[in-house]
Amino acid sequence: MKPASFAYARPDTLDEALELLAQHGAEARVLAGGQSLAAMLNMRLVQPRVLVDISGLARLDTIDADETTVTVGASVTQAAVLRWPGLAVQPLLAAALPCVGHPQTRERGTVCGSLAHGDPSAELPLVLAVLGGEVVLQKRGRRRRVAASRFQRGVMLTDIGEDELVTSALFPVRRGPLGTAFREVSPRHGDFAILAVAAVADPAGVTVGFGGIADTPLVRRLGHLEADALADALNAIAWEAGGDSDMHAPASYRRRLVRRLGAATIREACDALPRA
Amino acid sequence: MTTVGTSVPRVEDPSLLIGDGRFADDLAEPPGCLHAAFVRSPHAHARLIAVDTAAAAAMPGVRAVVAGAEVARLTSPFLCGVRVAAHQYALAIDRVRYVGEAVALVVAENRYLAEDAADRIEVAYEPLEPVVTSDGALAPGAPVLHPDAGSNLLHERSFSYGDPDGAFAAADHVVSTTVRYPRNACTPVETFAVLAAWREGEGSYDVTANFQGPYTLHTVMARALGVPGNRLRVRTPPDSGGSFGTKQAVFPYVVALSVAARIARRPVKWIEDRLEHLAAATAATSRTIILRAALDGDGTVQALDWDQIEDCGAWLRAPEPATLYRMHGNMTGPYTIGSVRIRNRVVVSNRTPTGLMRGFGGPQVYFALERLMDRAAAELGLDALELRRRNLVPADAMPCTTAPGAVLDGGDYAATVDRAVRDGGLAELERRREAARSEGRLYGIGHAMVVEPSISNMGYITTLLTVEQRARAGPKNGALATATVAVDPSGAVTVSAASIPQGQGHRTVLAQVVGDELGLAPSQVATVSEHDTLKDAWSIASGNYSSRFAGAVAGAASLAAARIAERLRSAAATELNTTVEQIELADGMARARDNPDNAVALNRLAAQAHWAPLSASPGDTAGGLRETVFWTPPGLREPDDLDRVNSSATYGFIHDYCGVEVDPDDGSVRIDRYVTAHDAGRLLNPALADGQIRGGFAHGLGAALFEELAYRPDGAFLAGTLAEYCVPRATDIPELIVLHDHTPSPVTPTGARGLGEGNCMSTPVCLANAVSDAIGAQVDTLPLTRPRICALIGEPEPPPPDRMQPAAPRGPELRQSGVRSVAMGRPRLWAIITDPEHLVRLIPGCHSLESTGSRSWRAVASLGAGPVRGRFVARVRFVEMHEPERLEIAGTAEGPLGSASGRATIRLEPAGDGETDLAWDYEVTVSGTIAAVGGRVLNGAVRAVIDQAFARLAPEPGPGGWLGRLLRRLLGGRR
Repeated sequence: MKPASFAYARPDTLDEALELLAQHGAEARVLAGGQSLAAMLNMRLVQPRVLVDISGLARLDTIDADETTVTVGASVTQAAVLRWPGLAVQPLLAAALPCVGHPQTRERGTVCGSLAHGDPSAELPLVLAVLGGEVVLQKRGRRRRVAASRFQRGVMLTDIGEDELVTSALFPVRRGPLGTAFREVSPRHGDFAILAVAAVADPAGVTVGFGGIADTPLVRRLGHLEADALADALNAIAWEAGGDSDMHAPASYRRRLVRRLGAATIREACDALPRA
Repeated sequence: MTTVGTSVPRVEDPSLLIGDGRFADDLAEPPGCLHAAFVRSPHAHARLIAVDTAAAAAMPGVRAVVAGAEVARLTSPFLCGVRVAAHQYALAIDRVRYVGEAVALVVAENRYLAEDAADRIEVAYEPLEPVVTSDGALAPGAPVLHPDAGSNLLHERSFSYGDPDGAFAAADHVVSTTVRYPRNACTPVETFAVLAAWREGEGSYDVTANFQGPYTLHTVMARALGVPGNRLRVRTPPDSGGSFGTKQAVFPYVVALSVAARIARRPVKWIEDRLEHLAAATAATSRTIILRAALDGDGTVQALDWDQIEDCGAWLRAPEPATLYRMHGNMTGPYTIGSVRIRNRVVVSNRTPTGLMRGFGGPQVYFALERLMDRAAAELGLDALELRRRNLVPADAMPCTTAPGAVLDGGDYAATVDRAVRDGGLAELERRREAARSEGRLYGIGHAMVVEPSISNMGYITTLLTVEQRARAGPKNGALATATVAVDPSGAVTVSAASIPQGQGHRTVLAQVVGDELGLAPSQVATVSEHDTLKDAWSIASGNYSSRFAGAVAGAASLAAARIAERLRSAAATELNTTVEQIELADGMARARDNPDNAVALNRLAAQAHWAPLSASPGDTAGGLRETVFWTPPGLREPDDLDRVNSSATYGFIHDYCGVEVDPDDGSVRIDRYVTAHDAGRLLNPALADGQIRGGFAHGLGAALFEELAYRPDGAFLAGTLAEYCVPRATDIPELIVLHDHTPSPVTPTGARGLGEGNCMSTPVCLANAVSDAIGAQVDTLPLTRPRICALIGEPEPPPPDRMQPAAPRGPELRQSGVRSVAMGRPRLWAIITDPEHLVRLIPGCHSLESTGSRSWRAVASLGAGPVRGRFVARVRFVEMHEPERLEIAGTAEGPLGSASGRATIRLEPAGDGETDLAWDYEVTVSGTIAAVGGRVLNGAVRAVIDQAFARLAPEPGPGGWLGRLLRRLLGGRR
């Protein structure tokens, strides 16, 4: 379990990093926290010629917040976000982060790295999708923003171009009364979810997202429904997604969780919604 | 002052806590040391056609490539307890029989280069149909793993004790259960490590390996290497990162690396990685058991009828099929059961060979027996605890010989149960159950009672032979333990033992036992944990297994120390002018009991023994001060002519019970309280004893709820990382209430019984019984994962809403179909898709095809899904061509990341208007690394790649839109 040989670059500036990506394209992989990539390197599932380590880019190591958005830079670790004093403005992110791996992996794993990895069961892509956030992509001479719904395109497939770098993730801050909840079932705490549910309730309804049931996070908008109607809606979502059978669970179990965990999470979000 | 019985802090810990441990991988590498990497089979079952090592051998830094041919030339097949026509070597010879089976190994200047080169070895396989269950192995017409053996059934014997036929005929109730115990393993943090050298001048192999014994396997290794035992030096490192039995299975690698070192003429080192360990190291046996009990109306069990089918994986590898026979004498558990019938069958299947694993046979047996006791209680309308109590062996029957021959050596089982019920708070759990149920919650209580055998009889495995075969082979019995105590001229004491500790704290207990005999503090006694077969005392039974340390090895050490003490007392008596009986050893002195001022320091006595041997006390002719004791438990005879065998020297007793609550939404189990009450005799060090119990509990909990070495029906291995093989974490393991009784064993010198394996036997079934009680459904297999519990709860799934087309189910098998309209007629499209140049499109990352016959091609391709990419040799052939309607394609891909094979059917249907519908469906299976290390994610990624490939099958459309369509219509067929 040793990686194939690769060149290692640790640029000091963003321009240098983008230059390296422009030069090496598909032959390069970006290393941030390495919590997925290093394991894949060791198993030789990925064999890049060049590893571009962005952990030294001070410019990407910031969390910025304004009235509308929390911007998390590409080398910000999950632990740093959990420790960030302003996290209360993003209650869904705050609720989901403790489910992402373990304290040890969160100290190195980055928020943007998790988004870029595109694991269909990962918590952070689900949170970004439910919040309707965006990913900022940059390459030499060009910067663009991509909505979460278009960013993740499949299992470990994203909209990142060969010469592009995720420089930050934008988590919108919503105004007005909100209730949020995040729940997941995984084989053990800290594992990738068999099913993860994120819900944001507002006076008009609930935005609910499911991770682990489809190739990308599945987000739906529901009204405030009575129990029976909610059950029907969740049943429809369960059957619409179908779900995979794998060694951890059959598809029917995932559909069961869409119905039950989905209902419980939505209930929790609605209960947390301040009454007008 | 005695320290035995007190929780002396571990002497091992200071080194470990300051990072000064000396584990196998920490030891200095000899000059010129090379490193090995293995090439392993991605197939569950395949003929080995060719192993092409030329490209690998030419890689930079590569010093040797070893394949089956070299191993067959330099070694003999491994010996095994059952004589069958299945000849196992350290590498596969002409067939692979499980995913992960070693096919070749590369030796290079470092591990990176070795792995680079291993990736370049091209192995040609011809896949064979696999067998992955014991039912499948025995099915008529099943593929046979070892053709010379003629069948997958490699052993069968039946036994009858007492009068089972009479008991079943007369029974008021006959209760039966069928259970399947899964494959799991104990997963040490430290994986296998071997450092092998060949001493050309001496014709000997010199190996350091984290081998744990049993040393029966030293003979197996030496025989395989074709050298006498004294030409195979095996040394073990001072520290171990855990074994739990698994490191028995390092022995085939000792042979493989020895051969590699001989060929390379340099020392060769290999550290197993996690994927290798999970896929290919070893496993507990999976077992199917049909167990029936004959009961009287009052619940007395009169007879048991066992039908066991043991699945040992691809090979019977020594000491298998020992798992099946280890429990033979105590197949009646802690109960008085006069009649027993046993039918034992051993089968092979296309999975990794099995071997030693904490609990060794106990988890399987008690899963059946204790599930059956619950079923019997339900059938008779008795409380599950009450039924067990009525059948326990009574204290006044001790020592008690069971029907199959075990001599239960003591304990008051009923008293231990009473104490557990009282001190563990069973009544409180019963109240909680009642309260929970009144609220509609799923709360259950489970019990399990087991006897925990320890110190295995070296002859128990011969129970599998017939009486005649045993007579011919000669007796095997006993269980020799050995320890050496030495006192140097300064009076400093050192103790060593062939116990091969794996983290349990043997050194601490040896220091206690020896220090107590010699009147020294444990801290004054030096202990040695590493072992060297060339220099240290050992015997066939040596090693770390069957919980033999506390009873047997510590016993041998205390006997060796007692001999030294006796000699010191004798010398002191002479020196102090008194009698030996008057002398006591305490605080580093020998003194007269009646006159403590009449004393001499031990170091003075020791100096005399070394400096003035001619002045030694009369009768002490040994000289020096070093005693090695070999001790075997008495009464461990070979099986008798009625096949009765006392399979272990001593038997502890355990009563476990627990309360659990099941969440009906997600099937999760919350353990409310878990109580485990033991009678393991005298506890030499209570803190270490509790550590063993907690560790065994963690293993048992993992087996109950989380762990399975899962295989797909096609033989692909699925649990190649610790994300797939779910070992419980600290947060998954609840606090445990441990209770002890202390009836000393009359058999062992220390009065101790083994206790480190018991919870691996009791905990899985105790939790299964509790979950069964909670959900009101029969649990007959493990692990009780959340999905499995939900399935057992068994509510029907709500159907899809009306008029809704549900998504197609997607399983681990990759099956998909698609259709695309192409703006050209069938003949023209047919010509294009059957053109090999076009076929290249089906193989992503492939640029050219090489014809390998009519309608078949080979290509080297870089296949990838998302970031995952690997080099594969792809082979494609047209199986059937019905121009211009239907094309069937079959193909395989083989590479370092695994293998894939599949079939596709492509249909061309006229769609009118000059267009053709191009429809396809495919089915692909993947195996090897890519299936084992992230099937959860990679399966979806592989599916995406294949879908893209088929989408590209249709020729590129020209200009789009209405203009393009018009142009194509105008120009159609004339391009």
